[in-house]
Amino acid sequence: MNFLSFLISGVSLGGIYALIALGYTMVYGIAKMLNFAHGDVIMIGGYMAYTLCSTMGMNPMIGVIGSVAVCTLLGVTIERFAYKPLRTAAPLAVLITAIGVSYLLQNLALLIFGSAAKSFTSVVSIKGISLFDGELVVSGETLVTIVVSVVIMIALTLFVNKTKPGRAMRAVSEDKGAAQLMGVNVNATIALTFAIGSALAAVAGLLLCSSYPSLSPYTGAMPGIKAFTAAVFGGIGSIPGAMIGGILLGIIENLSKGYISTELSDAIVFSILIIILLVKPTGILGKKISEKV
Amino acid sequence: MKKNIKAVKPATKTSLITYAIVAVLFLIVIIMDATGAMSSLFRGLLVPICTYAILAVSLNLVVGILGELSLGHAGFMCVGAYASAFFSVLTEDTITNAWIRFPLALIIGGISAAIFGIIIGIPVLRLKGDYLAIVTLAFGEIIKNIVTVLYVGIDSKGLHFSAESSMALGLEPDGKNIIKGALGITGMPKDSNFYIAFAILLVTLIVAYNLVNSRSGRAIMSIRDNRIAAESIGINVTKYKLIVFALSAFFAGLAGVLYSHNLSSLTANTNNFGYNMSILILVIVVLGGIGSIRGSVISAIILTALPELLRSVKEYRMLVYAIVLIAMMIFNNSEKTKNLRSSISLKKFAEAKLKTRKGGTK
Repeated sequence: MNFLSFLISGVSLGGIYALIALGYTMVYGIAKMLNFAHGDVIMIGGYMAYTLCSTMGMNPMIGVIGSVAVCTLLGVTIERFAYKPLRTAAPLAVLITAIGVSYLLQNLALLIFGSAAKSFTSVVSIKGISLFDGELVVSGETLVTIVVSVVIMIALTLFVNKTKPGRAMRAVSEDKGAAQLMGVNVNATIALTFAIGSALAAVAGLLLCSSYPSLSPYTGAMPGIKAFTAAVFGGIGSIPGAMIGGILLGIIENLSKGYISTELSDAIVFSILIIILLVKPTGILGKKISEKV
Repeated sequence: MKKNIKAVKPATKTSLITYAIVAVLFLIVIIMDATGAMSSLFRGLLVPICTYAILAVSLNLVVGILGELSLGHAGFMCVGAYASAFFSVLTEDTITNAWIRFPLALIIGGISAAIFGIIIGIPVLRLKGDYLAIVTLAFGEIIKNIVTVLYVGIDSKGLHFSAESSMALGLEPDGKNIIKGALGITGMPKDSNFYIAFAILLVTLIVAYNLVNSRSGRAIMSIRDNRIAAESIGINVTKYKLIVFALSAFFAGLAGVLYSHNLSSLTANTNNFGYNMSILILVIVVLGGIGSIRGSVISAIILTALPELLRSVKEYRMLVYAIVLIAMMIFNNSEKTKNLRSSISLKKFAEAKLKTRKGGTK
């Protein structure tokens, strides 16, 4: 029964990682950049909901909508002012800029909200269920996380595969120049990708803070890096890959927390990243990229 | 006299100017110390300034000269700090002379960090760009993570290791528990001082400049500028990458030794050996100019001393660093600012003027 409970909470954590990883993988696929600040968008989403619900006492639903809206706007703003001027720059320069943005968001939050961890009130009001005569308890947060992440993943897959903007996104990630020649507005598509990625990050942030109710300026950093690991695990640039990678990583992390060591679970997750990159650098579902001279 | 100066190679001139700047700063510190013009706050900053300068110069070898982004630099510092602190606590009673013990600690710290650099470098350097950055970050976090759960003790039977608790070591009653997991190492002798730190900074600078201006240095920079072209003229990319990585780790280890022997208790957290420290070193390197060794030293001095001297704005320090980092990257790399800079460049302006005048006389 223990194993099953670790597994279920692992799937729930994995769903959160998958939502964050989707943002990484979509941005990487389209802009060919590693958006280091993505994890900190999660944290901003958490603080937004905290301010709306706990400080101003509004309905949790308004908190959810407000935080998704703010994060979407934030993602587009970051793209416009920090990354857009660097479209043609070297990858190293873009990466350092992204690190700068991440640093900026963390320190803004530190100045505004202070370094002390805030206790986050869960936005989920569904009661948990207990199975097998109370031997297996699944909390409401876990259930909602699993359901929400599955729904979002299906919706995103449909959006990318069936709609016109989705097709534009795939075209831009395939070949920016050719897409532009075919009349795709590349800048708008990249902005749209950042908007969707950041909105998903906000949802992930709310689910994360509801399950692990402690909010500090550094809340987003670790899940961000782990979600990146998940994206690499599944093959960066691939949307189904990010989902599979996220869920697998969540399960691995929870099982190693349960059976090996709590303190070493991060080290185990990172070791997996390293092993995957060395053995199969393109991940589970990644495409092979050949180098042009 | 003028002829002599011109005869010196430009590369040598650059390094000589840097040595001169560092020597003048050293003299100023000595004079201030002798005349009693130095406050205790400033004196406390001397070793950290040297430590950060060494860290920045060593990271600049990887980022500026090799052109790969390493985000795990603090991990190597951590290895050096822990290995040397372990050695110092272990031998405090047997080697009582600090002038023998500390150099030994430095060698141990540096070499163990370099070994880690090679162990990590062999797999990591097969990757490039973003992947290399994220894997170095992962390695840095793993090192920090393992160090916080590590327990090491010693008794008459030898060394005992555990990843659980002090009790699990099973020490004899007279045994000594040296590394105590999250509590780290306590009771290091305070061996580092400004003179040793300065000497190591000087050694770091000499090695860095000599590497850059050597045949190997040119090979490394050719890898940075075009890996495929470098490979096709017979440069062993992996070998040179590994040399830079190990050397950079070695000096980061030395900085870790200086850092740990300047404290009475050593613990590993995000701010000293984790991601935040790696980023702080990167900020120093970027602000000083990627690839400029002199710039790294100067910006290490400014970024370490300034926040301590301007206590009132200390809260905003990190915020300002972040904004400066973004602004510098955009200013240096954006198409628009590049065009702007070339259009306001005086040299180009003068050349353009000259051309039109020549055209006019025809």
